[in-house]
Amino acid sequence: MLFAVIVNRMAMALLTLAGVAVVVFVLLRVVPGDPVAMMISPGASAADIAALKAHYGLDAPLFTQFGIWIRGVVVGDFGTSITLHLYVTEVLASRLPATVELAILALLVAVILGGSIAVAGTLMRRTAGEAAIDGLNSVMLAVPDFIWALALVLVFAVALPVLPLTGRIDPSLAEGFATRFYLAESVLTGRFADAGNILSHMAMPTLALALPLAAVIVRLLKQSLKEAMLQDYVLLARIKGFGELRLVLQEALRNAVGPTLALTGVQFTFLIGGTVIVERIFAYPGIGNLAIDAVINRDFPLIQGLVLLFGLIFILINIGVDLTVAALNPRLRHA
Amino acid sequence: MEHWSPAATIEAEPRPPSVASRLLRDPKVVCAGGFILVLIVLALGAPLIAPMDPLAQNLLLATVPPAGFADAEPGYLLGTDGLGRDVLSRVIFGTQVSLTVAFVAAGLACLIGSLLGLLAGFLGGWVEALISRLVDVWMAFPPVLLSILLVAVLGTGLHSVIAAIVVIDWTRFCRVVRTETMGQAQMDYVIAARTIGFSRPTILFREILPNVVPVLIALLTLEMGIAVVVEAILSFVGLSVSSDTPTWGGMIAEGRQIVHEGWWVLAAPLAALFATVVAFNQLGDGLARSLDPVLRR
Repeated sequence: MLFAVIVNRMAMALLTLAGVAVVVFVLLRVVPGDPVAMMISPGASAADIAALKAHYGLDAPLFTQFGIWIRGVVVGDFGTSITLHLYVTEVLASRLPATVELAILALLVAVILGGSIAVAGTLMRRTAGEAAIDGLNSVMLAVPDFIWALALVLVFAVALPVLPLTGRIDPSLAEGFATRFYLAESVLTGRFADAGNILSHMAMPTLALALPLAAVIVRLLKQSLKEAMLQDYVLLARIKGFGELRLVLQEALRNAVGPTLALTGVQFTFLIGGTVIVERIFAYPGIGNLAIDAVINRDFPLIQGLVLLFGLIFILINIGVDLTVAALNPRLRHA
Repeated sequence: MEHWSPAATIEAEPRPPSVASRLLRDPKVVCAGGFILVLIVLALGAPLIAPMDPLAQNLLLATVPPAGFADAEPGYLLGTDGLGRDVLSRVIFGTQVSLTVAFVAAGLACLIGSLLGLLAGFLGGWVEALISRLVDVWMAFPPVLLSILLVAVLGTGLHSVIAAIVVIDWTRFCRVVRTETMGQAQMDYVIAARTIGFSRPTILFREILPNVVPVLIALLTLEMGIAVVVEAILSFVGLSVSSDTPTWGGMIAEGRQIVHEGWWVLAAPLAALFATVVAFNQLGDGLARSLDPVLRR
């Protein structure tokens, strides 16, 4: 049964991705302004422009262009970036690890931070402490990553200049990595000084992405925990003499975590969307920052590759969330 | 109650207070609404209220700190930016673009999204399948990337920013209104209206729509806050209105560049943006609480 669900979801995902491919392709081409105009010098003759268009295949009819592109995509060839003169797949592969590390670290921070505050709020329920958490959280829920990022700049790069403002790692340390997963590699190979340097660079973008998600987790998880604390099994455990913290963590949390898990999965896609602007603010070399450059330079092949990559990541996360929720909930598993 | 009777029970039940009086008693809603009213006044009266010309440069007075700090200049309450322009006046004039985007973009997104949501929820069948699939495709784009893409494609300017926000955020309204409409369409009053023989447009717009409006108003207010941020992000990336119109996002972008020389150039518009977003959000939450017929009881 689960297998059928997976196959169905995959088919829908492919359909959605195909839709994304068509939308981005058409969007880029039906509107005025083309990449050749952006890259050519002002004195170029009409013949030069035509030659350049022919070189990049931009003179072919729309359907032919789309056919060539899709045929390439199916075999993993996304074309060549017009501005970087590299294969799009190469560019994406070199930039994606930075974003993956940032997004996963932000997710971890959000879950730990949001989870702890929700548990603390549950322990302090019906007190001034809970009211303070609720009040603060209602403001936190409104503030997007863009504002957090810049507020963090003011605090940790200007008022208390303790964190580096831009980049992913000190350039002098960037040599000597076998992979592009700098943080994971430095931790796994025991180069903790390097890891510290990378983490100090990642601290502000990570927090900016994590705080809005943490606020969402606090609200939903605290509500679920408070409901679970009223259940009979918690009462039973209380009669057995369990302490309050143990009641929340061992009894209530396991039953309350489902809805939060599902929501966190959906919100994780928003977090990844947020990397676009947050990476820009901190000049962090991931795919988000790359995307803004690609759009400003009208680098069609790169934009198409990036949008498909983002679409694929979003869809994979959604499927992963559905499967995790199904696996954790026995009632859904056997349905 | 000693002598119980059904009539007594009915009389004893207090009339629920009107929505307006409930709203006015909610301190969050009053503060947030008041703040937005102030913003509207600032936007409309900017030329009269702003102490200086927001575009007047004075390179001799560049990056002057705000009043109260060393080297502050009298008359420049929030200091000056890298070109010696008065930060306070620029923040005040910046409300014009922010509020225009908030009201126009959010309003249009609401109109288009709710219309499609109503149709999808009410008609069902292939219309619903088509619109839902469209929403799915739309949601597979990172919104910030899509908005930058759209504005890069449409060309910079206020119209493009508004168009981009509408094109991206209609889905928010569509999804909620579709679900609401599907729920309402199952209700007894709709079945009754069908039985009487009301036409489908009548049922949709006269019967169902009024019951969806409360959710819609709250959602619209929240969307205004989102629209203000999106405009700021596009200005930040340099894709919004031309650089001679003061915008909060444009000021933030400039302030980010010279953050070590003049933090206030970033801090002032950022604080304005923060307060505006929080105000729209609190107002939306308050409206949702007051207007929701289930929560009201």
